[in-house]
Amino acid sequence: MSGLLRDLFKDYRFIIAFGVVLGLLALSILSAFSPFDPQRALQVPRAQPPSWQFLLGTTWLGQDVFWQLTHAIRNTLAIALVASLTSRVIAILIGLVAGYRGGLVDRILMSVGDTTLVLPSLVILILASIFLREWLRDLVNLGLLLAFFAWAWDARVIRSQVLSLREREFTRVSILSGMGTIRLVVKQYLPFIMPIAFTTLINNMSWAIGMEVTLAYLGLGIDPSIPTIGNMLQVAIFRQALFMGFWWWLLAPVGTALLLFVSLYLLSVSLSEYLDPKARVQRIGLR
Amino acid sequence: MNFLKRYLIPRLLQYLLVSFLGLSAVFLLPRFLPIDPIQQRIAQYQTFGVIIPPDQLEYMISTLRSLFGLEGTLWQQYVMFWQRLFSWDFGPSLARFPTPVSTLIAWHLPWTLGLLISATVIGWLVGTLVGGVAGYYHRSRATRLLEGMAMVVRPIPYYILALLLLILFTHVFPLLPRGGGIGIGVAPEFNLAAIWSILLHAALPALTLIIGGIAEHFQAMKLIVQTSRSEDHVWYARSAGVKDETVVFHYVIRNAMLPRITHLGLTLGVVFSGALITEIVFRYPGVGLLLYNAVMHGDYNLIMGISAISVMVITTLILLLDLLLPLVDPRVRHQ
Repeated sequence: MSGLLRDLFKDYRFIIAFGVVLGLLALSILSAFSPFDPQRALQVPRAQPPSWQFLLGTTWLGQDVFWQLTHAIRNTLAIALVASLTSRVIAILIGLVAGYRGGLVDRILMSVGDTTLVLPSLVILILASIFLREWLRDLVNLGLLLAFFAWAWDARVIRSQVLSLREREFTRVSILSGMGTIRLVVKQYLPFIMPIAFTTLINNMSWAIGMEVTLAYLGLGIDPSIPTIGNMLQVAIFRQALFMGFWWWLLAPVGTALLLFVSLYLLSVSLSEYLDPKARVQRIGLR
Repeated sequence: MNFLKRYLIPRLLQYLLVSFLGLSAVFLLPRFLPIDPIQQRIAQYQTFGVIIPPDQLEYMISTLRSLFGLEGTLWQQYVMFWQRLFSWDFGPSLARFPTPVSTLIAWHLPWTLGLLISATVIGWLVGTLVGGVAGYYHRSRATRLLEGMAMVVRPIPYYILALLLLILFTHVFPLLPRGGGIGIGVAPEFNLAAIWSILLHAALPALTLIIGGIAEHFQAMKLIVQTSRSEDHVWYARSAGVKDETVVFHYVIRNAMLPRITHLGLTLGVVFSGALITEIVFRYPGVGLLLYNAVMHGDYNLIMGISAISVMVITTLILLLDLLLPLVDPRVRHQ
């Protein structure tokens, strides 16, 4: 474990991204100490520019942008985690079953997966969230809905990994020494699959955040009074923050979103490079 | 004949299967959900204070039912759905009654397709070419710089990218029009002023999609070329004294470029979603904006129509790309 961290910290991209993510996590923890109720308006003077008293200014609705942002980061990360963890479970299960069973089961599962992959997911998501409007007001439910659209690609990757593992010697040894299928899969295959699941988890979080922001902009998704990055952005745009000159109101969610996306991406790139020995050798060769 | 059997027929079957599953999902999704659109509508009328007598309510429910295509059993509805799909009839738009949904979509679809196709082609060409050259000269400083830029741009979703460009080019530097598809008072005719206006309005939405596309294709192509530059045929060509530029463009990039067409097909769904969002941000009069307005007005029929047509457009575009591949890549033909 310490060796892994030491290797990862040689990568400057990992250091930057790790720092930023830790910072954002700290902010989200700060939300527990927020002096204001995030869902109530008119608690501070309206539309104040950033100052020592209001670090990131206040909104036109009389909310403190900094404290609002801490809640937003927490809620957005919660949605992203629910979506990506659930879709990882689906992806691992389907990938394992399709890869290990093969045949008709494999073909059916993969064509269903390919279909969700090829379809314009945004349109389907909009369709679903219109009809589920009430159900989706909850953070967790939005995460679950997003998870349904995010498993296909990774299930395919896991399946191809299982296909190659199935042909290896140790599979036959395990079967001949009387290991049950479930035990074999859990004990022997999962260790190979967890790293894939973990790097795709980060990519998937990034995607889920993007979708949350997009749905919020359309006025769909979770309850608009719950602060998330998407909802903050939506309210700022809807209230014409740009035209009224309240740049801080718009900058806070946009800047946070940018930081979050870029650092999550850098994390996943450096992790997958670390996990792929070929790329690691190339990196060392480059230096 | 062999080519037909091994390449064409599986692709066509896949196309039919994916379209079938996708359209069935569009049909089934709203019906599995616990909300009755008719009750919702009636509740909407009643919140406006409209008092409906019981007999009229009955009549209204049955009218709405036939309007929404919700008569009969699920199976009958499903058959009706396919019949209507083949006759290109999605019923009237509810927000702009009685304009048919198909007319609205037919008017908006060319804008989206024009934007999507031109931006995808430009982004793909520039991204793969620059990525190929960068992958070949992967130690140069320019490559490092480009890679760093791509790494920052790549994870930004289209929506945020569009917003940033909008702020930058219409507020900070007011150079380009803020939205719309064509200038106010300019008739969409075939003359220079109209074309210029259309191009000017398309510039920012297209730029959003192009930047995203370039970053993605650049990275993928750079990785491919970087590994293939140490292959035997490249070493051979170089030691035989073939000029570097010839090696890059004729041997390395050409080989690596064609498989990227397949990748283009796989990401088309994502790019399409991105195009819809970009249109909404820039108020570009394509299907995305139509969808946005439909969502805002609760226009059930229009949303169904747009979903169904989006599925068909995307699967068809992917099929076309797949069919295009053997025409340009002899390796696929001779497999």
